[in-house]
Amino acid sequence: MRFALTEEQLSFGAAIDALLGPADVAGACRGWAAGETADGLRLWGRLAELGVPGLRVPEEFGGTGSTPLDLAVVCERLGYHGVPGPYLESVALAPALPIDAAVLTELAKGTARVSVAAPPHSPFAVDADAATHRYLLTGRTLASARVERSLTSIDPTRRLALLAPVEVVGVAGAHVLDEVVLAAAAWLVGAGQRLLDETVGHVTARRQFGRPIGEFQAVKHALADVRVGLDFARPLVRGAAHALGSGAAGTRDVPAAKVLAGQAAYRAARTALQLHGAIGYTRELDLSRWILRVRALIGAWGTPAHHRARVLDGPAGS
Amino acid sequence: MTNGPVFLGDPDGLGDPDYFGRAAPPRGDVAGLAFTDAEEAFRLEARQWLRAHAPGRLPSMDTPEGARAHRAWERELAAARWSVVAWPPEYGGRDASVVEWVLFEEEYYAAGAPTRISQNGISLLAPILFTHGTAEQRDRLLPAMGDGRTVWAQAWSEPEAGSDLAGLRSRATRDEGRGGWVLTGQKTWSSRAPFADAAFGLFRTDHEAARHSAHSGLTYFLFPLDAPGVTVRPIAQLDGDPGFAEIFLDDVFVPDRDVLGGVGDGWRVAMSTAGNERGLSLRAPGRFLAAADRLLGLWHDRGADPALRDRVADAWIGAQAYRFYTWDVVDRGGAGAEGSVNKLFWSELDVALHETALDVLGPEQELAGAWTDDYLFALAGPIYAGTNEIQRTIVAERVLGLPRGNDRRARG
Repeated sequence: MRFALTEEQLSFGAAIDALLGPADVAGACRGWAAGETADGLRLWGRLAELGVPGLRVPEEFGGTGSTPLDLAVVCERLGYHGVPGPYLESVALAPALPIDAAVLTELAKGTARVSVAAPPHSPFAVDADAATHRYLLTGRTLASARVERSLTSIDPTRRLALLAPVEVVGVAGAHVLDEVVLAAAAWLVGAGQRLLDETVGHVTARRQFGRPIGEFQAVKHALADVRVGLDFARPLVRGAAHALGSGAAGTRDVPAAKVLAGQAAYRAARTALQLHGAIGYTRELDLSRWILRVRALIGAWGTPAHHRARVLDGPAGS
Repeated sequence: MTNGPVFLGDPDGLGDPDYFGRAAPPRGDVAGLAFTDAEEAFRLEARQWLRAHAPGRLPSMDTPEGARAHRAWERELAAARWSVVAWPPEYGGRDASVVEWVLFEEEYYAAGAPTRISQNGISLLAPILFTHGTAEQRDRLLPAMGDGRTVWAQAWSEPEAGSDLAGLRSRATRDEGRGGWVLTGQKTWSSRAPFADAAFGLFRTDHEAARHSAHSGLTYFLFPLDAPGVTVRPIAQLDGDPGFAEIFLDDVFVPDRDVLGGVGDGWRVAMSTAGNERGLSLRAPGRFLAAADRLLGLWHDRGADPALRDRVADAWIGAQAYRFYTWDVVDRGGAGAEGSVNKLFWSELDVALHETALDVLGPEQELAGAWTDDYLFALAGPIYAGTNEIQRTIVAERVLGLPRGNDRRARG
């Protein structure tokens, strides 16, 4: 039996941490929200040097042909650092779409970025302006698309658009969204973990009534519950990735992971905000990046209600 | 309150058609985890035997009739070497790996097999006998534990020592002449004690040491419940059956051979029991997986009320998360303080799952039966094995590293 991450997976995650940890991701996010994408695209390029966008691109097109579990590991780290850009759509979804091999090749090189809308469950294309390729997935029909109208997300780093179809390019497989849903779940776990870590740091440093507020039991217990939630969401995400990697397309574990990861991350976000107090309720503190991203991702790529229904109606099997 | 796995059974629940015999959508085996051929073969052998032999729901083990039936089932399990699969063969086991043990538990509960009357012994005491016990103790105690001849009760809590277990007052006084110790005091919430044969627990052997630390000077003792000076007063639990008891000890002699671990080393020894109780050995995922699948079947059979859909789904999702969490822990090789994380999750999942089942039953939820039994059983989860409040503090301090503060006596 094999469940835990391999040395390679752990070191790939560590390489992403080493790249993004010291980088000014917060500055890139501020720029991205204002439509100045240069810093964010520079980060994209550096992640491409590590092989991130080409993870699920077959080797014949310049990718690394990595597994869904590799994808989950990477997206958890990206969620932890909160990088701006259409990573879920480009890294997790695009390789599953019936798109031109040339696009996949560009993707693996880091020179293409893909934005996808898939109404009714994911009607808004993220970062369509910053993307090099835009697609509209209606049912299983995939069309190239153009921006029809811009919309504003609760998360300012997610620049949304409604797309209009231009030309049909192919028919997608039945379970085309499995991996982007998995990736969103992994991203949520990473974001939730960051919110927890930031908050543990805050309550250890912040003093009131002559002691660190982390000594108060109400604070301790709230954070313990956050930890419990994340500790159980993460293995469900990885279990779903194992299942996808073994060919169990359409497995109920994927929607289950999205539901639980959303719950865990949202609990982390609410707790983080509450325990930071007023400073948490500002855009000045970086914390807002994760609080708002978590809320946005809970609704993206299938709401909790949608995925719960899939869990109950899904096919037998793990 | 640190009583052990209690089972609040009810004979009226026997053959409840809403509980058994309905088809829940099969959950299936987990995919992609690269089980070895040996592991798959083990699972299949367990599945086949259990499906052929599991008796289904027995009367509550906390009744004379139920205790007899559960002991008989343990004998049947032991005769086929399924009662203690992880133990060495010389004690009736199969030397099963942890992976195989978890697979066995999944199959056990999927087959609807009864809760284990031997659980205190095989899950909590046996691991300590293997790590801290002597060869003589293992040879003497394990065979009868493994086949249900000796049922063990816990004797942790006292009237003044519940969550703050180190506050216990029961004492053991040295008796050099007879080569042993004399126990006096009172234990309470002792799970299984009304129908058990023997008990294990902590007693204070050195009062001087307690001045320095409440954890010092404690010793781990084993004692028979029919020894002279032992009085067991059964206590009816929430369901009316005596799942636990008070134990009064009036000058109960215990020979040296029934000291487990070193004299004065009882706290360290006992904490390894607590770890077992909170962690995997008490609650393998099989039980929750089976319950969640039954809930799903019940919800479908009762018309799939959309108002309850989300809660039913969450129960299934929680059980599946617990399953993968377990595989992760097994593959990483143990949990440590994470046992508290684990205990918080399963105990709250169990309550939520059974609350949902009762709501699916609508007004019939009031009727005593298998689902109300299991609901009452679940309600004990957040209390025993260290209350969930204690667990949250452990998670905050030992897992998250939050400051302890100085408003409490130092702990362990």
